[in-house]
Amino acid sequence: MANGTIAANLKTFYEEGTTKSNKGIWSWLLSTDHKRIGLMYLGAIAIFFSVAAILGVLMRLELIAPGETIMEAQTYNSIFTLHGVIMIFLFIIPGLPAVFGNFFLPLQIGAMDVAFPRLNLLSFWIYIVGAILVLVSLILPGGPIDTGWTFYIPYSVRSGTNISLAIFAAFVLGFSSILTGLNFVTTIHRMRAPGMGWFKMPLFVWATYATAWIQIIATPVIGITILLVILERMFGVGIFDPALGGDPILFQHLFWIYSHPAVYIMILPAMGVVSEIIPTFARRTIFGYRAIAMSSLAIAFVGYLVWAHHMFTSGMSDTARIIFSLLTFIVALPSGVKVFNWVATMYKGSIDPKPPFLWVMSFIVLFSIGGLTGLVLGALATDIHLHDTYFVVAHFHYVMFGGTGTIFFAALYYWFPKMFGRMYNIKVANWGVGLFFVAFNLLYFPKFIMGYLGMPRRYYDYLQEFSSWHLISTVGSWVMLIALILVIGNIVYSIFKGEKCSSNPWGGVTLEWHTQSPPPLLNFQEIPTVKHEPYDFSQLEEMKNES
Amino acid sequence: MFEGPTGHVETVDLVMLYIVGISVILLLGITAVMVYFVFKYHRKHGHKPKDIHGSILLETIWIAIPTVLVLSMFYFGYIGYEELRNIPDDAMKIDVTARMWEWDFNYDNGKQTDTLFVPLGQPVKLLMKSVDVNHSLYIPAFRIKEDVIAGKETFLGFTADRVGDFDIACAEYCGLNHSMMYTKVIVMPNDEFASWYNDESEVKNLVESGKEE
Repeated sequence: MANGTIAANLKTFYEEGTTKSNKGIWSWLLSTDHKRIGLMYLGAIAIFFSVAAILGVLMRLELIAPGETIMEAQTYNSIFTLHGVIMIFLFIIPGLPAVFGNFFLPLQIGAMDVAFPRLNLLSFWIYIVGAILVLVSLILPGGPIDTGWTFYIPYSVRSGTNISLAIFAAFVLGFSSILTGLNFVTTIHRMRAPGMGWFKMPLFVWATYATAWIQIIATPVIGITILLVILERMFGVGIFDPALGGDPILFQHLFWIYSHPAVYIMILPAMGVVSEIIPTFARRTIFGYRAIAMSSLAIAFVGYLVWAHHMFTSGMSDTARIIFSLLTFIVALPSGVKVFNWVATMYKGSIDPKPPFLWVMSFIVLFSIGGLTGLVLGALATDIHLHDTYFVVAHFHYVMFGGTGTIFFAALYYWFPKMFGRMYNIKVANWGVGLFFVAFNLLYFPKFIMGYLGMPRRYYDYLQEFSSWHLISTVGSWVMLIALILVIGNIVYSIFKGEKCSSNPWGGVTLEWHTQSPPPLLNFQEIPTVKHEPYDFSQLEEMKNES
Repeated sequence: MFEGPTGHVETVDLVMLYIVGISVILLLGITAVMVYFVFKYHRKHGHKPKDIHGSILLETIWIAIPTVLVLSMFYFGYIGYEELRNIPDDAMKIDVTARMWEWDFNYDNGKQTDTLFVPLGQPVKLLMKSVDVNHSLYIPAFRIKEDVIAGKETFLGFTADRVGDFDIACAEYCGLNHSMMYTKVIVMPNDEFASWYNDESEVKNLVESGKEE
């Protein structure tokens, strides 16, 4: 793909920063280097993920048996709300774009940085301010929010907890997302290396591009909605609350007009990562490059038109329910195309199932289960029964955690040697994937069954008949905890103690593998000229000669 | 599965079986092919990888077949839903009021209960509203639910074909005691229902026994 870009002995971005001093905390906190910003996001996101995961384990512990186990109902209601708010707004929406998009998007297109490095730093700080506001809302008098992450009105207008502040935090976080999206769109349009036409871009770039547009276009809707809710709480305006003459269904529409596309903000970058990992470890080109690239755009577009499938029982008109059901089935198709093309990419490859590839295999199974159970929820007759039950909880955990969460780890294990110049323990990594897969199904599969049997979600207490399924799920949460400690611990240990490794341990050919590990401040010694298709492994030989 | 206390249960379970059946075949197919490829084309065998850029034929097939499948799923889901929403005009109407965290059922003759009593084989139409936040009336055994909201009346219909009592849950999160907002629907033979319905003195007892549930 490029010539003469491997440079020995350039200072890495750890040794050389954008600030006056190359060392110390401020050289990170004020850095406009996309790589340092990506790593700061990684640190922040890892903390929030761990906190929310522990909240999840506590919820499961409370639900191990009927009745009160370790907490009161109000505490439980706050904990499930916080679990959702933190996981969604602080982990999974920013997750892949902010960490791996920031770090690898410029590298993959052969750029020195993003288009607006200072705006990028601002986005990070807006994210941190938003996160701090969430934390402050927990400790102020009034207490942590208890509405569920969906903030449905009228409950969210009436609850005495610190709702205004918590949703204002989501408003602030939205700006971080919008600005990141804006930055990525501009970067992709303007900063591709010479020779990199649109159809020579790696598929992670395509996915990030589609995601960025959703971030820009959909996020303002939630911002406006949040401001209206705050106005309603403070001044009794009466837009949503029926007691004031408002319409609570209008809130649900506005909420999901953002929050459904947001689901694609969460999953599209993950799909992009999968499209990177499979060719590298199968050492052959991707099957159906254009179909995968275009399906990302199709998902981004059709994804705007399906929001009301979250509202089939809301009292919305029958016509609307039928139309949204039909559109929901249409959006399933591009995802199906991707899965088939990924599996086809393994055909006649030379497959080396290293940990990132194992994560992807695990993803394909878990994400398929999540996607296919989505069909049950898209069909009206079955959704009426299953809406707001544990079936939905299981479904979105399979898609979000089994999909995006799994790929967050896949991306971390794939790009780790590039980010840190070190390698983790492969054996422990393999065990981590396996244990994660078992724990995941133990934890979430029983929820499908409970849901079909009629267990509603967001329940502090439950009928005796569900108790054995809850017990299995809780045991699963403990195994999951062990798996996560193994998976994250391996990474944390290896950041400091991992063996040094070569600049291209997997034999990848996209541009990030053409530079040293860790990359220098400006990514490449000289900007590469692109001559190959993104997944053309015939260049591996010339790459060896480069070094 | 399939035989239920209402005719609608069978419909829902069949749609479920149809979609899950196809899904399981797809899931097993995808997983099996993937695992097979990983063993067959493992790098240790030393195959030379082959760059296949795609196949218009294959890709058309795996867009076309899923399109037909999902449209059929949509159709069956839609038919089952129509059945639920087409409630006969002669259905017995019962007004439902939801509040944090209990249900009131009001009958045409002025009877009010916190447990839902319905006659066997008689179509019932619940006309529902909330006096505070969103709730959702959910009868898992009948596979039906509909949100109950303030400021707007929603409805839900069913015809019970089996005598017995079935749980009613609240499925839309409504605060502190959301998980305790359970009551029951009690399906009675027609004559029993008629005597209950027309007997003023019995109202109190039944209401009280309903509360003990």
